[in-house]
Amino acid sequence: MSTLEIRNLHATVEAEGDPRAILRGVDLTVRGGETHAVMGPNGSGKSTLAYVIAGHPKYTVTEGSISLDGQDVLEMSVDERARAGLFLAMQYPVEVPGVSVSNFLRTSATAMRGEAPKLRLWVKEMKEAMAALQIDPGFAERSVNEGFSGGEKKRHEILQLELLKPKIAVLDETDSGLDVDALKVVAEGVNRFRADGTTGTLLITHYTRILRYIHPDFVHVFVDGRIVESGGPELANKLEEEGYEKFAKSGVDA
Amino acid sequence: MSVTIPASDHSPLVRSRVVSDHAVPTGREEEWRFTPLARLQGLHTATLSLDGGIDVATRVEGGFHAEHVGGDDARVGKTFVPTDIVAAQAIAASDGVTVLSLPKESTGTAHVVITGRALPAAHHIVIEFGPFSDGTVLLEHRGSAVFAGTVELRVGDGAKAKVASYQAWDRNAVHVGTHAAQLGRDATLQMGHVTLGGDVVRMNPTVSYAAPGGDAELLGLYFAEAGQHLEHRMFVDHDTPHCRSSVLYKGALQGDGAHTVWIGDVLVRANAIGTDTYEVNRNLVLSDGARADSVPNLELETGEIVGAGHASATGRFDDEQLFYLQARGIPEDVARLLVVRGFFADVLSRLGLADLTREVMKQVDERLGVDGGEGEQDDQVAS
Repeated sequence: MSTLEIRNLHATVEAEGDPRAILRGVDLTVRGGETHAVMGPNGSGKSTLAYVIAGHPKYTVTEGSISLDGQDVLEMSVDERARAGLFLAMQYPVEVPGVSVSNFLRTSATAMRGEAPKLRLWVKEMKEAMAALQIDPGFAERSVNEGFSGGEKKRHEILQLELLKPKIAVLDETDSGLDVDALKVVAEGVNRFRADGTTGTLLITHYTRILRYIHPDFVHVFVDGRIVESGGPELANKLEEEGYEKFAKSGVDA
Repeated sequence: MSVTIPASDHSPLVRSRVVSDHAVPTGREEEWRFTPLARLQGLHTATLSLDGGIDVATRVEGGFHAEHVGGDDARVGKTFVPTDIVAAQAIAASDGVTVLSLPKESTGTAHVVITGRALPAAHHIVIEFGPFSDGTVLLEHRGSAVFAGTVELRVGDGAKAKVASYQAWDRNAVHVGTHAAQLGRDATLQMGHVTLGGDVVRMNPTVSYAAPGGDAELLGLYFAEAGQHLEHRMFVDHDTPHCRSSVLYKGALQGDGAHTVWIGDVLVRANAIGTDTYEVNRNLVLSDGARADSVPNLELETGEIVGAGHASATGRFDDEQLFYLQARGIPEDVARLLVVRGFFADVLSRLGLADLTREVMKQVDERLGVDGGEGEQDDQVAS
C-alpha cells in the first residue's frame, strides 16, 4: 500500500512579477485505502495543493516536502509523478485539438504500463470503462476535451482514473458544475477506483454534496494555505451547518 | 501581348507569357519583399537555362488522360497568364507541357511525380476537370532542383476536384511556383499545398471564378526547420457573384532561421455579391530563432455579401496542454509530438489523402525526434 506524505509544504505563484505565497505549511498524509476530503472556501489554496502535487510549472515550492512511498516527488517531472502513481483529476481539463480521446488514452496507458496494451484487449477495456461511466462510444473519436460539456469533461477525467489505476488520486473539485445524476455517475467511478482498498484518494471540494456519494475517512478544513482542522466525517456535517466563517477567522488569527 | 491591370494592392501587375515583359524583382516589391532573392540561385533573373532538368512521371487511373504537348497547344495559357518572371519562364519551358484531363461526368485520379536532378528546371502542367467530373490529382516534388513550376487548373461546371501539391524536395532545392485555378459554375475545388522540403519554396496558389456557384477550399500545411524559407501566398479573386472560398493554412517552425511566410490576399470585387469567404492561418513556433510572418489581406469592394472574415494566430507550445498530457504519464517529447500531430490533423483529415497523411506524420515524428509508434495510432490521430 502506498503513502503520500506532505510535510510543511510552502509554495508560491508569480503574480505581477512578485512571488505570492499560496501554500503556507501543509501537513497531510494519505495512505492506501484511505479517502481524505480537503474542504475550503474559494481562494484558500486547496486547488493549488492539487497542482503542486502534480507538478504544475506555474508554482514554486519554497519549503517542505512531498514523498510517495519515500520517493521525493518534488524531484520528479510531471510525467514521472504520474508514472510513479499520482493522478490529478483536473477541475478544468485542457483541450488538445486534433488528438483523439482514443489515441490519447492509449498513449497514456502505454506510458503508464511501460508497453502498449494489446489493441484488441485495449478496445474492450476502454469500451467497458466508457460504458460504466455512461460515455457514448463516439466520444473516443473526438478531440480531447474539445467541445465537451462540463459533465463530459469530468466523466472523461474519471475514465482516465479508472483506466490508469494510480496509487493515489487527487480529485480537484470533480463535483463542481455537475448535476446530481452526473455527480452520481462520477462518484460511482471514484468508488470503483477505491473498491480494492489499496488506493488512496484526496478529494478536494468546496461543497459537502459529493461526500454523500463518496464517503471520506478524514475531513480537513483548508484555510489560507494550510489545514486548520482535521477530523472524521462528522467535521463535514459541521461545515455544512456552520460554513467556513469560523475557520476563516481562525485562519486569519493563525 | 502585355496588359496591365490593377492588383488588389492597386499596384500595376504585368500579365504576360513573354519573359522579357517582366521585370527582375529587386526585393523592394510588395510581393517579393519576404523572399530571400539571393537564395533563389538566379531563378528570378531569367538568366538560367531551365531545359530538361527534371523527370516527370505520370500515372493515371479511371477516366484521366495524360498527354505531353507543346507550348503552342490551345489549352496552354488559356486561363492562366503569368504575373511574374518565374511563372513566365515555367510556361515557356522548352521541354513541353503535361496535360491531364478528366472528361465530363467521369471519375479518376492522377499522380504526378516531378523529380529534380540537381539542375535548374521548369515545367508547366494543365489540369482540366470536365463538367460534372469528380477527380483527384496529387503532385509530388522530390529530389533537388532550382525549379520554376506552374499549374493551370480548370474545374468545369459542376465538377468536383481535389488537387494537392506536395513539396518533398531535398533540403537544398529552390521552388517558385504559381498554381492558378479557375472554377466553372457550381464547381468545387479543394486545393492543398503541403511543404516540408526545400531551401526556399515560394508557392502562389490563385483562384478565380468563371461563373457563379464556385466553391474553393484552400488547405495548406508547412513545417520549416533551421534555415528553411517556406512561403505561401494565395490570392482568391472573387470576381463573380455567389461564390465561396475557405482558406486554412497551418505551419510549424523549429530551429534557427526557420522562416515561414503566409500571405492571404482575398479580393471581393464590386460585382461579387453573395460572396462567402473566410481565411485562417495558424502557426506553431516550436523553438527560439524561428520566425513566422502571417498577413491576411481581405479587401471588400461590396458589402452585399454572405460573409467575409479572416483569422491569424502565431503561438508557442501551450504549457497547459503539455502539463495535461504529462500529468497522464506521457513523456514531454511524446506530448509535444501529440500536440504537433494534433495541430496538423484537421488540415490532413480535410484533405483526406491517406498516403500523404502517413508520410507527413512520419516526417513530423522524425523532426520531433520521436518514434510515433504503430500505424493504428496514425489513423487515430488523423481522424
